[in-house]
Amino acid sequence: MELEVIGQANEASGCSSSGCGSTDDQLSHLPQQILDKVQNHPCYSEEAHHYFARMHVAVAPACNIQCHYCNRKYDCSNESRPGVVSEVLTPDQAVKKVKAVAANIPQMTVLGIAGPGDPLANPERTFDTFRMLSEQAPDIKLCVSTNGLSLPESVEELSKHNIDHVTITINCVDPEIGAKIYPWIYWNNRRIRGVKGAKILIEQQQKGLQMLTDRGILVKVNSVMIPGVNDQHLKEVSRIVKAKGAFLHNVMPLIAEAEHGTFYGIMGQRSPEPEELQKLQEDCSGDMNMMRHCRQCRADAVGLLGEDRGEEFTLDKIEEMDIDYEAAMVKRAIIHDGILEELNEKHQQKSSSMSVPSNDPLIPANTRPVLMAVATAGGGIINQHFGHATEFLVYEASPKGVRFISHRKVDQYCIGNDTCGEKESALDGSIRALKNCEVVLCSKIGFEPWGMLEEAGIQPNGEHAMEAIEEAVLAVYQELIETGKIHESNAELKAQA
Amino acid sequence: MAVEIVDLCVNCWACVDVCPSDAISEGKPHMLVNAKKCTECEGDYADPQCASICPIESAILDASGLAINPPGSLTGIPPERLQHTMNEIQAR
Ligand code: SF4
Ligand code: SF4
Repeated sequence: MELEVIGQANEASGCSSSGCGSTDDQLSHLPQQILDKVQNHPCYSEEAHHYFARMHVAVAPACNIQCHYCNRKYDCSNESRPGVVSEVLTPDQAVKKVKAVAANIPQMTVLGIAGPGDPLANPERTFDTFRMLSEQAPDIKLCVSTNGLSLPESVEELSKHNIDHVTITINCVDPEIGAKIYPWIYWNNRRIRGVKGAKILIEQQQKGLQMLTDRGILVKVNSVMIPGVNDQHLKEVSRIVKAKGAFLHNVMPLIAEAEHGTFYGIMGQRSPEPEELQKLQEDCSGDMNMMRHCRQCRADAVGLLGEDRGEEFTLDKIEEMDIDYEAAMVKRAIIHDGILEELNEKHQQKSSSMSVPSNDPLIPANTRPVLMAVATAGGGIINQHFGHATEFLVYEASPKGVRFISHRKVDQYCIGNDTCGEKESALDGSIRALKNCEVVLCSKIGFEPWGMLEEAGIQPNGEHAMEAIEEAVLAVYQELIETGKIHESNAELKAQA
Repeated sequence: MAVEIVDLCVNCWACVDVCPSDAISEGKPHMLVNAKKCTECEGDYADPQCASICPIESAILDASGLAINPPGSLTGIPPERLQHTMNEIQAR
């Protein structure tokens, strides 16, 4: 299988030096053994996440806690919220599927188990899967996400496998706040409610985090930002988890709509506005800023190549495939080496010839920054149809250069009743995800969304299809300036304020 | 004496894993309790384990047919509020 490779040096691709680049100080909070791992890890670099991909298998349906942002009732294929049961596989089926995908899509290097419940509340199903994969497909790295309740008792078993990283969702370190997020936990054969339950959960999370980093296992912490509940508190969470050696703290927005049937949805808890989220993310990332772009791998493997290939890997098709994984591994190793070499070269070119566009006379230093969204299926290029994007990458263009800001997921929801009728249109979801962006770059876009985007004040742009993202963003920024579309300069904005 | 799983069950397997009597098995369209095997956890635990981990209100009934986890008891959403919001959504 051919890989898409960017053939040109990434000259003007401006990571402004404050936004990216892994200097020692930016990581100085990490213990040495974690530091070594992060720095030598091919995936924790800005470019790599465009190339490598991961996939998830749903082998873990059971959960041992309740979160107010989750509703276990809905079983709908349009759902993308965590915790929703879709296709649950047995460990055997999961292993077959992983091997089939890995043999056909060599960029798939990481296999994650994230649910639909809590992987560690399904220890047999989760660890059977890991055990078989460690034996049969040792070139695949494994990752797992957990709420942390059963983490301490699982660390020993986890450390036996080829674990790339563990993600713990930690929303608080204060049981009073926890009681507003977690109504109950199942612990020592009892359902324990309120502050008491939250306190146990928090203790287990913190203990598990420490045990993992003590063993040199990479830990990423996810937090859900819930305005008025834990938004201010997350700064403390961030400080604590970093002190314990988490290599990345990732703050995600609460998603709460009445039609999801969650506690927060029904009770009218609001979700954060994109700008609130971005502010908190900046406050929390602090010296971990450089890794914000890296969610380990940006897409699931099945979508990495720009078209949805999920259909090729349904259970009955996998059943018929005869995968010679030994042979596949040889081929995969060659392709992986190729990617790494390519990345290394790019990296060197970048450090030797990085040009910061602020030197460019076309961009006056007081030009205001602009957010642009990009639809991409990977490879660092603009290669996705607007209508196919399930997430957008948001970049900021400013006189300092172009920097990656965040991933924004397009969430589509259904009302969850038997007919699964009133699905919010994908378009509404996309437009909501693009709030505050002024331009969206994609390979193609339909007539109807074009109009709706313009109405929402977002300029669709399909002129840079198949171009490298950062260069295209910069080009569009320059064009906006030249055509006088950026009226207000910073000075004017300040004057208005 | 035995508990019963009804069709609100979402097949999350949580109860199967914690039942001390191996009384719950995969059924169509949802998990089923073998009434001959179920002990209501007597002698093993203070509370029936399946109903202590089940995330779905009213999915498990006690021997007298009453929901062990009645509406509102797990999500914390007052049932009237849920009904009201659902009506609003349907009316859109
Ligand atoms: S009550 Fe106890 S014994 Fe009966 S099904 Fe539930 S967990 Fe099993
Ligand atoms: S725990 Fe409840 S929802 Fe889950 S399988 Fe058992 S009865 Fe069904």
